[in-house]
Amino acid sequence: MAAMLEVENIHSYYGHIHALKNLSLNINEGEIVTLIGGNGAGKSTTLRTISGLMKPRKGSIRLQDEELTRLLPHKIVEKGVVQVPEGRRVFGRLTVVENLEMGAFACRDGKLNRDNLDRVFTLFPRLLERRKQVAGTLSGGEQQMLAMGRALMANPKVLLLDEPSMGLAPVLVDDIFETIEKLHQGGTTILLVEQNARMALQVADRGYVIQTGVVVLSDSAQNLRKNEMVRKAYMGEN
Amino acid sequence: MLERLRERITPTDIVMWMIGGSLLVMIIWGSAATLLAGLYTPRHWLDFVIFGLAQGSVYALIAMGYTMVYGVLRMINFAHSEVFMSGPYTAYYVAAAFYRSGLLESHPVLCLLAIFMVSMFISSMIAFLLEKIAYRPLRNAPRLIPLITAIGASFFLQYVFRGLYGSGFQAYPVVKMLEGHWTFIGIRILRFQAVVIVAAALLLAALYSFIQMTRVGKAIRAVSEDKEAAYLMGIDVDKMISTTFIIGGMAAGAAGAFYGIMFKQVHFFMGFIPGIKAFTAAVLGGIGNIPGAMLGGIFLGLIESVGPSLFLDGLGIVAPYQLKDAIAFTMLVLVLIFRPTGILGERLAVKKA
Repeated sequence: MAAMLEVENIHSYYGHIHALKNLSLNINEGEIVTLIGGNGAGKSTTLRTISGLMKPRKGSIRLQDEELTRLLPHKIVEKGVVQVPEGRRVFGRLTVVENLEMGAFACRDGKLNRDNLDRVFTLFPRLLERRKQVAGTLSGGEQQMLAMGRALMANPKVLLLDEPSMGLAPVLVDDIFETIEKLHQGGTTILLVEQNARMALQVADRGYVIQTGVVVLSDSAQNLRKNEMVRKAYMGEN
Repeated sequence: MLERLRERITPTDIVMWMIGGSLLVMIIWGSAATLLAGLYTPRHWLDFVIFGLAQGSVYALIAMGYTMVYGVLRMINFAHSEVFMSGPYTAYYVAAAFYRSGLLESHPVLCLLAIFMVSMFISSMIAFLLEKIAYRPLRNAPRLIPLITAIGASFFLQYVFRGLYGSGFQAYPVVKMLEGHWTFIGIRILRFQAVVIVAAALLLAALYSFIQMTRVGKAIRAVSEDKEAAYLMGIDVDKMISTTFIIGGMAAGAAGAFYGIMFKQVHFFMGFIPGIKAFTAAVLGGIGNIPGAMLGGIFLGLIESVGPSLFLDGLGIVAPYQLKDAIAFTMLVLVLIFRPTGILGERLAVKKA
């Protein structure tokens, strides 16, 4: 199986702080891969680097053998790597539909956009009910749905999810993971960053564990669930 | 209870309220005295209001540029006055050429349109280059630095245009068609004022619907809310910022053409006062807020035109009209003291969250 997204030996810095040290990972087509690690381990930094919000000093990022490393963020979205950022970051003063239109900004194919809009509304009927509402007035769960719907409007080949369950009530967390499962069954390739390692390892095919910018472990999700270090450090077991 | 109140009210508050209160008393007293003395007829007031609307719509158009740029970059573009000046100053030469060739006489509408277009084009190009050359390299610098650059760019543009076109006043040719007045339903209105009010209203409506309804307009709003999220949606943020400057420049160029029609003269320093007034208007309406800037501009135009006679004449102040700038800037100070977010502005804390 050919790798969809390949991240090879990247080094990223915040000023003088060496945030990612020789980090490599790859995601095959149709897979869910999860990135787990504690606060400040470099999970979000990895996603920011892939999305082009940060430029790595060394290393390369490729989508289906196409170099993404030097592209601007909006070009990377056009190529098909789309991120749902941490904290949702919906446009609070735009309506739900306008937010979704912004997701489709790079795509000028009217029919495809309408199809995608239908798909998003089927996936999240709640958004259809609230389509004329200003996004800032949605609940946290609804905003998360909107953020994911907005990203799906861009026809992602690879969807990057940064902490989709953050700050949500447990019931809503289940909903979000159910949606991730559905997207997976629909064939979407997903890189999932989560603090909630237990949930993440349940939906994922494979996982990487990172600590202070270094990949310390990578294995199938099944094996990681059994791994003692993972259980202790990230799943809160003794 | 009293203790708590005392803790919350500082001496500064008391001084501020005293200033506000005495101004309010002055305004009410002055207005009452003016009205009771019957110094002006309703005709006069109507003329003041119409002139105020014309002047206010010019301010509103310039204020759009301030407020939109603040929206996307969170900076005050102090060189916007010069963006406003550059259009009509350049268009003057086109107007003069039309006048000399007699075209202005034979085809006034076409010529006016052409003057208008030239003014809008030059202003938008200056705004575009300003952003590209002066502000873009400083995009990630601390906020004070682009502000200082803006002031520098303002001087630079003033003196470039002085060098290009000379330092004297240039008189815009008189367009015969716009002289005299029209009468609508018993209201006499000077022709050029009517044209300015109607054209500006159309432009403002067009601008507003562009921002609200088009794909690019929505993207500009998205960029002003969250640049990074906009990037992650595949929006070319740099391009949207350029577009914002171009649109703001076009509005300023249009305002400049109206200014040329109304006041019939241009000068390299002509942007300063209208620019700072339009900035006041943008702050009045709530900086970053587009309908606010329009409202603020028209409100300021009206206050400036009606205010001196209404508030000051009754207090026995001689030649009150010369104090119109004082009234405009007093408004700015009052707004900054009592409602720093402007008429339509939202609470800043909410915006940052």
